[in-house]
Amino acid sequence: MTDQTRIRNFSIIAHIDHGKSTLADRLLEMTGAVTEREMREQLLDTMDLERERGITIKAQTVRLEHTSADGEGYVLNLIDTPGHVDFSYEVSRSLAACEGALLLVDAVQGVQAQTLANCYLAIDAGLEVIPAINKIDLPAADPERAAGEVVGIIGGSPNDVLRISAKTGRGVDDLLETLVKEVPPPRGDPEAPLRALVFDSYFDAYRGVVCYVRVVDGNLDSGDRLRFMATQEVHEADEIGFLTPKAKPVARMGPGEVGYLITGVKEIDRIKVGDTITGARRPADEALPGYSEPKPMVFSGLFPTDGDDFEKLREALEKLRLNDASLAWEPETSKALGFGFRCGFLGLLHMEIVRERLEREYDLDLVATAPSVAYRVTLSDGEVRELKSPQDLPDLTERTAIAEPYVKAMILTPTEYVGPIMELATTRRAVIGNMNYLSPERVELDFEIPLAEIVFDFFDLLKSKTKGYASLDYEPAGYKRSDLVKVDILLNSQPVDAFSAIVHRENAQEYGKKMTSRLRTLIPRQLFDVPIQAAIGGRIISRETVRATRKDVTAKCYGGDISRKKKLLQRQKEGKKRMKMVGSVEVPQEAFVAALKVDDEL
Amino acid sequence: MTPLEADSFVNAAAAYVHIPFCSAICPYCDFAVVAGQDDMVDRYVAAVRSEIEMAEPWRPLDAVYFGGGTPSHVAASLLASILESLAAKHGIADGAELSLEANPEDFTPGYAGELYAAGFNRVSFGGQSFDTAVLSDLGRRHGPGQIDSSIDAARRAGFENVSIDLIYGTPGETDRSWDGSLTRAVNLEAPHVSAYALTVEKGTPLGRAVAGGAEPPDPDIQADRYEHADRRLAGAGLTRYEVSNWARPGYECRYNLTVWAQGEYEAYGNGAHGFRYGRRFRNHRRLQAYLGAIESGRCPRAGEDLIAGWDAELDRLFVGLRRTVGVSSGAGTEALLASVEGRILVEVGIIHDDNERLTVTTPLLTDAVHRSVLGQMPPIVMGDGDA
Repeated sequence: MTDQTRIRNFSIIAHIDHGKSTLADRLLEMTGAVTEREMREQLLDTMDLERERGITIKAQTVRLEHTSADGEGYVLNLIDTPGHVDFSYEVSRSLAACEGALLLVDAVQGVQAQTLANCYLAIDAGLEVIPAINKIDLPAADPERAAGEVVGIIGGSPNDVLRISAKTGRGVDDLLETLVKEVPPPRGDPEAPLRALVFDSYFDAYRGVVCYVRVVDGNLDSGDRLRFMATQEVHEADEIGFLTPKAKPVARMGPGEVGYLITGVKEIDRIKVGDTITGARRPADEALPGYSEPKPMVFSGLFPTDGDDFEKLREALEKLRLNDASLAWEPETSKALGFGFRCGFLGLLHMEIVRERLEREYDLDLVATAPSVAYRVTLSDGEVRELKSPQDLPDLTERTAIAEPYVKAMILTPTEYVGPIMELATTRRAVIGNMNYLSPERVELDFEIPLAEIVFDFFDLLKSKTKGYASLDYEPAGYKRSDLVKVDILLNSQPVDAFSAIVHRENAQEYGKKMTSRLRTLIPRQLFDVPIQAAIGGRIISRETVRATRKDVTAKCYGGDISRKKKLLQRQKEGKKRMKMVGSVEVPQEAFVAALKVDDEL
Repeated sequence: MTPLEADSFVNAAAAYVHIPFCSAICPYCDFAVVAGQDDMVDRYVAAVRSEIEMAEPWRPLDAVYFGGGTPSHVAASLLASILESLAAKHGIADGAELSLEANPEDFTPGYAGELYAAGFNRVSFGGQSFDTAVLSDLGRRHGPGQIDSSIDAARRAGFENVSIDLIYGTPGETDRSWDGSLTRAVNLEAPHVSAYALTVEKGTPLGRAVAGGAEPPDPDIQADRYEHADRRLAGAGLTRYEVSNWARPGYECRYNLTVWAQGEYEAYGNGAHGFRYGRRFRNHRRLQAYLGAIESGRCPRAGEDLIAGWDAELDRLFVGLRRTVGVSSGAGTEALLASVEGRILVEVGIIHDDNERLTVTTPLLTDAVHRSVLGQMPPIVMGDGDA
């Protein structure tokens, strides 16, 4: 058990690629937690995908032992946070386990929207924020500008902003000293009943669910019977310990300490991140604040290209869920795409990550339907129902209103792109709010926008309109009634459920036109004319026709070369097998993918 | 030609002889051809004769077809020597069709006379077009006038059964120039015309040009041209008896009729394909590989497929449905008609079934029918059912 005055619990807040993992590695190395020989590049990011995209999906955590300049030994618990808006609840729980946060900003890129959002979370949580400018060794580094931006957010003097290079280790000693000096020690009550926060969890194939916990009050002893206050489940503490970063079992964790807890629970969704653990025999009266259930914000149907892969997809989703309790799905049947799953995601990045992991780690070939949001429909009888899929929208006569989720979005951009961003936002039904200048060159734009408007292609458009310089973050901002309609796309008079979309009435015509004309080029000519129509209810708003094939014959069968021609046609036939039949229309898989692909036409 | 007559060619004995030599290779051609290797001709003809020598004797042949390449690029005496070998090995039936492909670029009256004297009785000319610009685009080395003079030479030598090949849909060809070519062919009163859509094959100069951005033939325009040809030729008394072939009654190519009736045919030469003893076989395509095999006494086969049981039934449909007469009803046609694909084909009017025969009513969509045929499963699965 460590004296609370010798404990410092902190997180690192940083944008993708601003050097969080490199700094974590350096800290591990410099505090002797990991020898150089053991050091893998960026130890804390273990998943391939994280390495590739430079983002942390699941937070990991490590206990560092540091002897300060004053000769005293300190325990520094680095609580890693996931780096993206989609995981803001997880970020908030990680931050709740800390007293301090290191705000790490790239000396070249400056402050990004996501850093800002997480920094606000840290400030709101009452954390001591310690700013540091990273990558000062780069030729293009402008630490003064970056420091100026940081001061614009958290106040103080630019001179107090640390300047480091996580890569070379320059300034990291100072940083350690500053952490010891500035981050307040925990002030838990050792005599009070146990209260510990579950701030993360993951599934281990051998040990079951491993919880990361921060003891707030009281003591957590190995062998204790524990009550999880939100789920009301009681489990035994089979093993507790520190992450050094290797798991090191201990008998007791006192207030302020951070470590892992293994209870023997095998199902990740039985342990809720944000839950409070207390003693079963001497429970606390009140749970720690801030618990909530993460709710999926974005939905998309995932269908295996090969119908035989349905079970494989189910197994893959189940495996992913072992480590990602926020991933939700239910089976979905599409006339066009066959059997698949309607999946709920915390946000767009979450959706992309899950899709990529399914395709890469589980070798699946998937078609994903256009992402949609959870609409709330008020039925004639007053009941409010949540829609996860456009197909579930009740008929006009059975509903009185549709509401859609809005988000509060924040864009950080160089000032020269304000115009194009405003233009983009306005075409997406956004209501522009504040404009705050972080510096003469950089501005923060706030606005409210329907989530549906950003789930599709907003990120891509923002990137292309600002040459990649703008960054975006958003948080839920409740529901609002909107004039929404469902546009159906019909192939040869048959609705293709995968293409149905709920859109604002003013955008319906455009959506219909875009989809029909796009499909006309994507659907190969058939043996008969194929009309492609967009319709609202029974009303056709757009129509195109794929004319029947007129010529599909080999002119000459040279010298009786029957075998070769048979093989050629057999190959063509195999190709057709990969097509999906919509009624009697053959639609290539690529057509679904391409038709649903985001674009910059709208 | 009645369906019964057409089907009777299943019992014919035919032979194909491949002559790969050309004066130059046309940019669209993906056949087994060589140019500039005339010094190999003697050796090649000797090899073909050896191959015939090695063959199992058959019965007298009803049809022999010299294809290429350009058979007419080779001295008539050499072609005659191959015919002699065939006659010695299998015999030639009375009234047999002895046909060869000829190029109008160098078809002289003297040469025609030699061929006729050697026993040939049918010449198929690679005319391709009567439009100078189209001929030039096709990389052909003859002019329209040479088609006229070649046919004249053939007729003077005694050939009554002549055919003209035409190619339509070359980018740059117009409706007018196509109609002009058809008119000239009709006016020549050839009793047989073949009209082929220009096809872009991979690995040919044309294929590379199209891959590099050159204009490909437009399939809709080709469909228009095909339909125009069919009307124009029908008006001149030539009946379409196969997807790309029209003839006056009695002038249908018997060698081809044999192939389409699922009759058997021998094949000699490099890249030649045959059908014997229920096997579809192919010879080495590369000239050197073929010569190497023959000259070391080995069989020049590059591969073969046994066509038996259900495969043979589908094969019957596969070849037979290219004919206007279609195929007689059988297990294969029943399976096709009972399938979803088959029902769509009937519904949209691509195939027609009158209980006795199944025919393709829109020949331009024959491949679509073929693909459906290839997927059919036998109606009764024998065995213990654990397959």
